[in-house]
Amino acid sequence: MELLMEEIRSIIPSDQILTSLADRYSYSYDASFGSYLPEVVIQVKNKEEISSLLKLANTFNIPVYPRGQGTSLSGGPLPVKGGMVLDMSQWNGDLNIYPDDLVAVVSPGVLTANINQEAEKFGLMYPPDPSSAHVSTIGGNLAENSGGPRGLKYGVTKDYVIGLEVVTPEGEIIKTGGKTIKNVTGYDLTKLIVGSEGTLGIITEATLKLVPKPPASKTMMAVFDDLVQSGQAISKILTSGIFPAKMEIMDQSSIIAVENYQPLGLPIEAEAILLIELDGHPLAIEEEMKKIEEIFTDFESVKVKIAENQDEAQSYWRARKLVSPAIVKIKPTKVSEDATVPRSKIPDMFQKLKEIREKYDIHLVVFGHAGDGNLHPNIICDKRDTEEMIRVEKAVEEIFKAAVELGGTLSGEHGIGTLKAPFMEMELGAAGLDMMKRIKQIWDPNNILNPGKIFPEEGQKLVLRE
Amino acid sequence: MSTGAGLKDRLHYNETFNCVQCGYCLPVCPTYETMKSEVHSPRGRINLVKMLAEDKIKAEDLREPIEKCLGCRACETACPTSVQYGKILEGAKEVLEFAEQKSRVQKISESLIFDQMFPSKRWMNTIGNLSWFYQKSGLQKMAQRTGITQFAPLHLGKFESVLPDLPSPAERKDRARLYKAIRSRKVTVGFITGCVMDAIFYETNRNTIDLLTKAGADVLIPVNQTCCGALHAHAGKIADAKVLAKRNIEAFEKEKADYIVNNAGGCGATLLEYGELFKGDIEWESRAQAFSNKVRDISQVLSELDGLSFTKEVNGAITFQPSCHMINVQKVKDEPLSLLKQVKSKGYREMKDKERCCGSAGIYNIVNYEDSMEILGSKMKNVKETNTSIIVTANPGCLLQMKLGIQREGLEKSVRAVHLVDLLVEAGAVSK
Repeated sequence: MELLMEEIRSIIPSDQILTSLADRYSYSYDASFGSYLPEVVIQVKNKEEISSLLKLANTFNIPVYPRGQGTSLSGGPLPVKGGMVLDMSQWNGDLNIYPDDLVAVVSPGVLTANINQEAEKFGLMYPPDPSSAHVSTIGGNLAENSGGPRGLKYGVTKDYVIGLEVVTPEGEIIKTGGKTIKNVTGYDLTKLIVGSEGTLGIITEATLKLVPKPPASKTMMAVFDDLVQSGQAISKILTSGIFPAKMEIMDQSSIIAVENYQPLGLPIEAEAILLIELDGHPLAIEEEMKKIEEIFTDFESVKVKIAENQDEAQSYWRARKLVSPAIVKIKPTKVSEDATVPRSKIPDMFQKLKEIREKYDIHLVVFGHAGDGNLHPNIICDKRDTEEMIRVEKAVEEIFKAAVELGGTLSGEHGIGTLKAPFMEMELGAAGLDMMKRIKQIWDPNNILNPGKIFPEEGQKLVLRE
Repeated sequence: MSTGAGLKDRLHYNETFNCVQCGYCLPVCPTYETMKSEVHSPRGRINLVKMLAEDKIKAEDLREPIEKCLGCRACETACPTSVQYGKILEGAKEVLEFAEQKSRVQKISESLIFDQMFPSKRWMNTIGNLSWFYQKSGLQKMAQRTGITQFAPLHLGKFESVLPDLPSPAERKDRARLYKAIRSRKVTVGFITGCVMDAIFYETNRNTIDLLTKAGADVLIPVNQTCCGALHAHAGKIADAKVLAKRNIEAFEKEKADYIVNNAGGCGATLLEYGELFKGDIEWESRAQAFSNKVRDISQVLSELDGLSFTKEVNGAITFQPSCHMINVQKVKDEPLSLLKQVKSKGYREMKDKERCCGSAGIYNIVNYEDSMEILGSKMKNVKETNTSIIVTANPGCLLQMKLGIQREGLEKSVRAVHLVDLLVEAGAVSK
């Protein structure tokens, strides 16, 4: 280690190298579970530094863990095998919009929300909007292929990446894709890198596609006495020629939690609240809103409110935003899942979740992106209570099974990381998982980059206890 | 230093579990912005407190991250799970205070500042008088010219040069105990004069009384009141803070006041948290809570009474630098702005990130001078962008810091900083 440190000091300015115990503990966690102490943290600022560090890491056989701002819910940046953490968050200097090409070129530490904010100055939009966009870096979003509420209409991070500059695990600097929407030259390595959770390369620059910003938006709140009807209503809207930007759902336990936390006058006897946002031309969305209202008259158990102005719209979204703070008032630990099912299976998934809640006697609330089947079952518990956490682990496992059985997936947008690795084979099958492993072995023969993620270790199980 | 369960309690170990490490506090933390590493973020500090409670690090590992925290508590406003960061911070400071091996000289000077000067009316009046003498005698000019003050320890010289004009000792002495409302009385308020406010910003206190009486309040000034204890609590001297709090509670219990009014955002926050300070104390908790329930900022009372109109136009455009503790702890946001907007001026222009701490933070700018100036630099950049000539503040620390910022940027000729209360008087406040 001493020899390695000497080498590191010869290539990296000393104020970018953090070695104190306090510093190392401060990069030992993310927003998921567990804490792993790295040997050294390096705040990298350019591709040459990263390239040299990866070459060193291969020579010394030391694991390397790239990290944005540590908002991951699946353990993506956790240094599970110690080694070197590369803090990319301070490399945030470049954010250039090219309005004529409809692209943005950014450095990896730029905050995601800043890209959209900058694009808006040119009448453009960067659609992916994970709820942590004002904190998370674009590098982290690319590595995890993050989604967000707008995923329904606009897709997720991978749908907006057309070119990357990447340092490979062996320290080579490569470019993938380019600045054009159309590009079929060779394998699509861009899409392979996006969502590879930092196991195949470190992204040092990204070229992102932008779209024209819709001139207006409109919000509606629909309250359902019957959960199954809310699922049917979603399908009916989506097959009527209307494509909402967002469709969010809150179940009864989320509604009750929010009302107890901050009374907003939500109907606590309702089984579900749907929040729908339309965007587009003001006259068009006016018409579409009327049509949705008509569709809803077919359902007996629904009450509909359309926001008259932006303030009212914000007050509707406030209810959805308050779910997170409200539920942790019950107990402090939040296990946030993102199992996703085909849209038509949402009512079945709700039924399954209800059974799981009763079977394991856990506090389970469900909210999320109803329009694209990406639900967020959240289990509220206390990680100091070992007996409870064992029940939670079992429940989580069963949630994954239910999603896969319904034709869905383990993770819609949070990533696999450490937490979902044990369930990969269940979804992909042995051969499917093996093909992924082979790709990893070719790209990273010494298993230097983010080892311990995506692929389960021998006998690895889900553990949420400290 | 105690260990095990005792230490965990004092570090509020259980409260650290309420942090889900989402990182939503990072973008609002001024020290994370300027110091650029996780140890200087709220999430990082909370984790280190937890690590100390679990004996994974030593108290000394925690010292720098905790001492570099401004305590502005902007993180509490951003936190989606309502972690009580202020409580964790003060617990950590108290533990560090105990663990510290202090030199004899440092102990004596701290004892002088915290035990004798801040709580003592006489000391504070003396400081006020000395400052007055220093200014009026020409000593200040001489010291500034010869550069003596620059060599003073802790950069006090930098702050001395921005002190306001002070009233003479004779003027200080003749303050009454009760000022009657000018027209009909709508409410009776007790006025916390504050120690720094009363020593250095005596004129602002006089204007506060003037506005309150014009707006329709009887103003009581209990003589036995003392320092609110904010600086003590923020330095981890909780026991001392409680002694001061008890004296204030007793002093105001004797008065029949509807509200207890202050004009310093930082003090107001501490007064508002007396109830929390005595949590679990059978004798004092309910008395402290009763006190806290009456605490209001001057802007809240003036807005509620709605008894003033403004007759003169002030010369310039206005921007506002809120006090962190006023917005993040007292949750007072709209009242100062609505008062400002009643003033005739060349217009109000909001600065970017106005809620961000200016780097004053109690005595932070004295003990962490370089870091504070870095934060002040970002703030002044935003001030300049507004192209205004009056920076309004609501707390003495922020006011001094903004004055220093103006001086450092060489803007003395075109920009000035004033307390909200002084601006309202300047704007010709009269009874409606």
